[in-house]
Amino acid sequence: MTDRPVPIVDADSREYWEAAGHHKLRLPHCTQCDSPFFYPRVLCPRCHSDEIEWRQMSGRGVIYSYTISRRPAGPAFKEMAPYIVALVDLEEGPRLLTNIVTDDVSAIQIGQAVIVTFEDLEGGIALPLFQPKEASAS
Amino acid sequence: MEREAVIVGVADAPLENGVLRDGGTVLQVQARTAKAALDDAGLDMGEVDGLLTAGIWGVPGPGSLMTITLGEYLGIRPRFVDGTNIGGSAFEAHVAHAAMAIESGYCDVALISYGSTQRSERSRTLGGRPPILTMQYETPYGMLMPIGGYALAAMRHMHDYGTTPEQLAEVAVAARQWASLNPAAMMREPITVDDVLASPMISDPLHILDSCLVTDGGGAIVMTTAERARSLNKPAVYVRGYGESHTHWNISQMPDLTLTTAAETGRRAMEMAGVSHDAIDVVEIYDSFTITVLLTLEALGFCGRGESGAFISGGRTAPGGAFPMNTNGGGLSYAHPGMYGLLLLVEAVRQLRGESGARQVYGARTALVNGTGGTLSSTATCILSRD
Repeated sequence: MTDRPVPIVDADSREYWEAAGHHKLRLPHCTQCDSPFFYPRVLCPRCHSDEIEWRQMSGRGVIYSYTISRRPAGPAFKEMAPYIVALVDLEEGPRLLTNIVTDDVSAIQIGQAVIVTFEDLEGGIALPLFQPKEASAS
Repeated sequence: MEREAVIVGVADAPLENGVLRDGGTVLQVQARTAKAALDDAGLDMGEVDGLLTAGIWGVPGPGSLMTITLGEYLGIRPRFVDGTNIGGSAFEAHVAHAAMAIESGYCDVALISYGSTQRSERSRTLGGRPPILTMQYETPYGMLMPIGGYALAAMRHMHDYGTTPEQLAEVAVAARQWASLNPAAMMREPITVDDVLASPMISDPLHILDSCLVTDGGGAIVMTTAERARSLNKPAVYVRGYGESHTHWNISQMPDLTLTTAAETGRRAMEMAGVSHDAIDVVEIYDSFTITVLLTLEALGFCGRGESGAFISGGRTAPGGAFPMNTNGGGLSYAHPGMYGLLLLVEAVRQLRGESGARQVYGARTALVNGTGGTLSSTATCILSRD
């Protein structure tokens, strides 16, 4: 299915990866400071509350920074090179590392609006990726 | 103050074309440089009662408990140990910890040691770490490690402040100029900005000449009390101030992508030492990549946010410039064994002792040393001086 290194799912991440497997972007949300955070962990990294629930994100975000990997980070990425690794700020606040799905690496810009898409992995999970908003289907 | 902590011995492993000149294992290079640093000081290994080290060898296995394996190999039974590993900045933190131990009377003679045979072993890879625990959210995306995180910071810096590829390249050009004055440096032929920009791009905007070398290496630092130092070989170098911190492992978690913790560790070190920016005669800044230097100059407050490109231009940090920096040629042109911070300290001590030959900064009395580790993750800053 894919040669990419597959996340080793654990007690923190299971809900995140399984939701992604259903093509949903769900993040932990701290009810104490009333905002989501990434990555999942048992205490809120800001206020250290353990009153955490999971919420669905809109999937919309903005590119905060990106780089073009001109060499593959291992054999799994050889076919993809050159490829974009980016930091995306979700509309809801959290920032995550991802790839931008595009045919033209030179067309990507900081500040570009993106929307989540998913690449299925084995074991019923999927990898959230992002694509330029114009390119997404509806 | 008799128990003021001072550096009395330093050594670095001779290299030839980036590999250990004398060959050997990672433990051999640490033993040889430890002995050389102790000889530099005029002390015996038998007097060492504090042992500090960090590295990435022998894990799993003997490297899992690094000070223990090194202590066993060297025949040291310490009463103060420190295996702090925060990446390449570990050794600046080791100096801080050894200083505190010496000043409190917990240790009399501290040995800080490092060794790497990464080039000889060809063990350095561009690939990610295993996707476990917190790396599971990064490794699957194929970011080149560690250059990718630095590239992300550089792209954002260029976006926010208009920093140019040419300004990044100037960092590499200046480093090479210092390296041409250092017989121990691996790369000594002068390069131009055009050479840097023409070199292969690895992860935009960083070219291969924006990136540090991949070499073997090793070194050692010996510290003791000012009182003890009076009867030893070399002029003592005082550890006047220090600070350490870290913020993240995953680059997505960095609180401000273009500001490292040098903003606080530099400030704390300088406050402890009671020095202002003007009092610093020579600066040794970790240069894993050209962008690391620009971000660090801003974080340390030698220039404002976004001003480092202009600051570095026109040869300000090159030989003969107003701001001597990375005077051994740095990780970019002298050597970079994987964790470079110990070699920054060795160069600072040699500058302050007046032992730097053709690259000597005339009259250097106070040095600032800033190590950066991980992916812009950690910093530790030391202020060293002759008085």
